Amino acid sequence: MAYKAVIGLEFHCEMTSNTKVFSNAINGFSKLPNQLVAPLDMAFPGTLPVVNKECVRKSLMMSLILNCKQPEYLEFDRKNYYYPDLPKGYQLTQFYNPIGVDGEVEIIVNGETKKVKIHDIHLEEDTASLDHYYDTSNLDYNRAGVPLLELVTEPCLNSADEAIAFLEHIKSIYQYTNISECDSKKGQIRADVNVSIMDEDSDELGTKVEVKNVNSFDNIRKTINYEIERQSKLKDEGKYDEVVQETRRWDDEKGITVHMRSKADAIDYRYFTDPNIPRYKITSEFIENVRKSIPELAHERRLKYVNEYNLSDYDAKVLVKDKHVSDYFEEVIALGSDAKSASNWITTRILGETNKSEEITIDNIFIRPNMLASLIKLINDKKITNNQGKEVFVKMLEEHLTPEEIVKKYEMEVIEDSGLIDSLVDEVISENAKAIEDYHNGRTNMLDYLVGQVMKKSKGKANPVEAKAKMIEKIS
Amino acid sequence: MNKSISELHEMLVAGSVTSDELVKESLEICKKVQEETNSFVTIIEDAKGSEVTDNLLSGIPYGIKDNLSTKDILTTASSNTLKDYVPFYDATCVKKLKEAGCVGVVKTALDEFGMGGTGTTCHTGAVKNPWDKSRIAGGSSAGSTASVAAGCYPFALGTDTGDSIRKPAGYCGVVGYKPTYGMISRYGLLPYASSLDTVGVLTRNVKDAAIVVDAMKGIDENDMTSWDSSNIHLVENLESSCENKKLFYIKELVDLDNYSNPTDEFKAHIDNFMETVKLCKKLNIKVDAVSVDKDLLNALPAVYDVISYAEATTNMSNLTGISFGPRGEGDNPTDMIKDHRTKGFSSLIKRRFVIGSYVLQSENQEKYFLNAKRVRRMIVNTMNELFEKYDGMIMPVSVGPAKYLDTSKNVKNDETRVLEEALQIANHGGYPSITIPNGFINNLPVGVNITCAIREDEKLLQIANTLESNMNYKNQIAGGEK
Repeated sequence: MAYKAVIGLEFHCEMTSNTKVFSNAINGFSKLPNQLVAPLDMAFPGTLPVVNKECVRKSLMMSLILNCKQPEYLEFDRKNYYYPDLPKGYQLTQFYNPIGVDGEVEIIVNGETKKVKIHDIHLEEDTASLDHYYDTSNLDYNRAGVPLLELVTEPCLNSADEAIAFLEHIKSIYQYTNISECDSKKGQIRADVNVSIMDEDSDELGTKVEVKNVNSFDNIRKTINYEIERQSKLKDEGKYDEVVQETRRWDDEKGITVHMRSKADAIDYRYFTDPNIPRYKITSEFIENVRKSIPELAHERRLKYVNEYNLSDYDAKVLVKDKHVSDYFEEVIALGSDAKSASNWITTRILGETNKSEEITIDNIFIRPNMLASLIKLINDKKITNNQGKEVFVKMLEEHLTPEEIVKKYEMEVIEDSGLIDSLVDEVISENAKAIEDYHNGRTNMLDYLVGQVMKKSKGKANPVEAKAKMIEKIS
Repeated sequence: MNKSISELHEMLVAGSVTSDELVKESLEICKKVQEETNSFVTIIEDAKGSEVTDNLLSGIPYGIKDNLSTKDILTTASSNTLKDYVPFYDATCVKKLKEAGCVGVVKTALDEFGMGGTGTTCHTGAVKNPWDKSRIAGGSSAGSTASVAAGCYPFALGTDTGDSIRKPAGYCGVVGYKPTYGMISRYGLLPYASSLDTVGVLTRNVKDAAIVVDAMKGIDENDMTSWDSSNIHLVENLESSCENKKLFYIKELVDLDNYSNPTDEFKAHIDNFMETVKLCKKLNIKVDAVSVDKDLLNALPAVYDVISYAEATTNMSNLTGISFGPRGEGDNPTDMIKDHRTKGFSSLIKRRFVIGSYVLQSENQEKYFLNAKRVRRMIVNTMNELFEKYDGMIMPVSVGPAKYLDTSKNVKNDETRVLEEALQIANHGGYPSITIPNGFINNLPVGVNITCAIREDEKLLQIANTLESNMNYKNQIAGGEK
């Protein structure tokens, strides 16, 4: 039997910032352990937290984008528990007054609009990381104190598709606002997934199961589907009492969720407001200031591309999916290219290249926006033909030269000298009496053949439009 | 070493003594005082004099309470949990004094992590009162206070969470000054209770306290609760007249009528206090007796305990023996942490952790912790209203002279508990507060305390300086000249 699934997400994302959220250590990625550490990150006695303004700004921005309510004062609370990866013995988070509560955001799932309710969004710090070996565990404090933004939805999602669509939407916002790279390969995302099932026609919520620390969108999808299936099967078999309120984890190798701890083992975190951080008034000026700095987001750009640039919705979607691609496109446009050409070159050729290998990305591909703009200009100015343009594109990548340099090197520039085209046309006419006769007898396709001959003689450099016009003029 | 900072500075500038000689002399006295009072965790034997400059503090030796982080010098907070901990950074206050040219010669003993008011819970053993070795020095800044009273150097750093500078100052007959909360950075202060902790100083005269705090104060980018006090000049404004200033004392705490069975010692203490009140009046400083809600006053000790123990239990959760401090034994991290903490902390601290943890539990938090915070707010509101009418509050320090180390000799009296803890009012409100000696009872020194509204440190020191100048206890040293 099919049941209605109810899903809530707690989505943790490491933020982009120069320094950590409460210390001046660099917030970055290091392969060597314990390189990016300030005394506070290891909780040396007497050290104190200093709130990173950049992180506050960014979390406030996200609060505004998600249409949340903002608190009157910025405050941080201590979440107390002992664990070797938690140097202070407490995590600084926002429990009592998160930076945003009661938000709502619209997403599109399989063509349909869905409203997702946001319980809260809060700024907190990450823990150190533990690397376990055969008989020892190593602590790496690089991650300790890295800013985390945690977004908590209401239990209002009903399928893995909805959950993933929501997360994709959030990821896009994070990337467009530079709040986070949201890169699961760098371990920047983690989600706690809450799943329960209920009868379609019932109002009674089922038993909630929490799956902790799922670390990629793909695994979040698998986790949700697995839990729905597991719980449904038990319910079908009349064993729904075996679904208990518990915390589970996703076992990626086996593709299942497994029991971690039951509700009875829940810890009392003894939350209280950190006395080391004086509460800070969030003024309306500050809020407005942050609101003004919200950049254009993906869905806004998409609308602009369709309505102002007359691109197809499909192309617009492809362009905005990755902010870096969209930024590339905007840069090409800003250099004077027409939107249609820029879009075509990017969605087919440029993305064709970046999709070929992991190594090549939109940010490191040799053809920079200014080069693509030059290439488009050469074609639009009829300095080279469309076909030559494609050739130039390939050669640019192969030889790492600008379009102008390629055109020069291979003498591709279109012949604009009408005297020369004139003489080439005359030459072709004198050599193709039969074809001209055929043309006059109604075989109009002979014209293309004749123009082709002119192009051949010019080694493809004659302006084909002009060559055709001249030919018609002379044989008609 | 019986001289004031200014006198020593003049001698240094004149060349009649060198900084090296001063440091050497201080170290020698410290070693002697250590035998008599057990004041120190560490004597920095290789301390050397520093260059003498225009700065009053240059070349002067001093003592540092052992809960202040000192680069490359053992810093234990008088706890076994940190018995081998050598920090790699200086507390901001220590750094500033170093920049002024001061020379730290010892790390002084304290009640473990500043918790306790007796100076008897240090991991190196109890500190004795230099006036009478059978008595406590008081705490938690026990070693700092005892050593300044014994004439080891002109000043030592203390910290004050409830009364940890001002109460021992009373017991040892010296000046103990706790500035407004946040005026001196707490960066590098091993915390007890963050919302109450304050760095301050023990000296033998008010001017020296002003000199030292002038050098240590200031906003610090490492402490978000520090504030800009660049408009406050303690030394410069010290001599301003206090005529027509108005003080008050709290009737319910001071009037003997409120005590059913006062001891002779307590009566003598209150009489002595009233002499100081009379002196104020003679100096044209008005003193009123005001009434404060008795329930509010009675709540003082509990409010302090709940808030400070709650903050302490989480402040000290970093003491796991994992990345610093002696490693505990065990097969897994949890057992190692447990072993480290079980062995490391004294039973007094453990008791406070249990209470602190209890009042923060979700089912108790509203009833205990949040209510304590509310009552704290009420206390502060009441005081703020009084500070609108008055320049400051005057109060006897504790209920008499220092108690005996042998607790069985002490008379226990629950009635006087609130007065004993009343200096905590200044920590609840972050108020500047100073103790100066105001007499002797049974040949033991006692003190008087003055507290002003926040950021009124200049006024506080002016009043203290005026009183000090008109009493005979300035620059006194226990046991006379050394």
